[in-house]
Amino acid sequence: MSTDAAKLIATALSIAIGAIGPGLGIGIIGGKAVEALGRNPEAESAIRTTMILAIAFAEAVAIYALVVSLIIKFT
Amino acid sequence: MPEISIKAEPIFKLLGFKLTNSIFTAFIVLFIFLFLAIKYKNNIESKKKSSFFYVFNMIIKSIYALFYSVLKEKTYYFFPILGSFFLFILFQNWFGLLPGVGSITIHHVPLFRGANADLNTTLMLGLLTVILIQFFGIKFLGFNEYIKKFINISNPINFAVGFLEIISELSRILSFSFRLFGNIFAGEVLLTIVAFLIPILASFPFLLLEVFVGLIQALVFSMLSAVFINLAITKHH
Repeated sequence: MSTDAAKLIATALSIAIGAIGPGLGIGIIGGKAVEALGRNPEAESAIRTTMILAIAFAEAVAIYALVVSLIIKFT
Repeated sequence: MPEISIKAEPIFKLLGFKLTNSIFTAFIVLFIFLFLAIKYKNNIESKKKSSFFYVFNMIIKSIYALFYSVLKEKTYYFFPILGSFFLFILFQNWFGLLPGVGSITIHHVPLFRGANADLNTTLMLGLLTVILIQFFGIKFLGFNEYIKKFINISNPINFAVGFLEIISELSRILSFSFRLFGNIFAGEVLLTIVAFLIPILASFPFLLLEVFVGLIQALVFSMLSAVFINLAITKHH
């Protein structure tokens, strides 16, 4: 396998595998937020703020994978 | 494919220092920030207030309310630093989305580059935040009380926990800086690639997404600093 091919595969794999966990996490967070909203509709703003913060944390993990893949791709 | 550089490129030299495009942009935003701050300050003292004052005041009040939910009555003390973090990161992120950033070039190097799309800026912010957290911890709890969190020889378990605390403190620098850098840089790459694939109209929803991401990242950064500061200044039992 040539170096370029290995690089491309590594780029794709790092983001593809790295996106699985955060994807599941964001799904769970969103689902739980809707559940909480159903139980307690008057706490909407508090739930929304907490949900967005939690999603940002889950997303950050995917972003690390993205940074790694961008570093592999562009250096 | 458009050219994408993961690090900021030098645009000109000043007294032997290479001045990169991201620090150039950061200084422009800093001057805008300074200008707004001075205008706001002048408006507080004058009797007749402009409409700018009321809009800005409303924004600052809502940021204050946000931090109040974490820090309670200590917000008054910490608001200057946390509010500056929020506004600084927000302005940097949004300035990076303006037309012309990345597209105006001199000698094939972009003249402007969003400051948070450079790892140096975010590393500086992360380092500063973590050092400030230690500083406030020592200031509010006293040196002996605070250092007990890290070095505790009362029993072996506490010693191991202290070791883990040191590592988690160090990893905060990394997570702070990479989260911000990754989000903003990924946004820039996304916008460049979309504009390259479909030149008209397709960029618009992504641009809106990036405006939202810029706001959320500024919020996450400053809220996390607030939470960590709150953790550091409360007593452990």
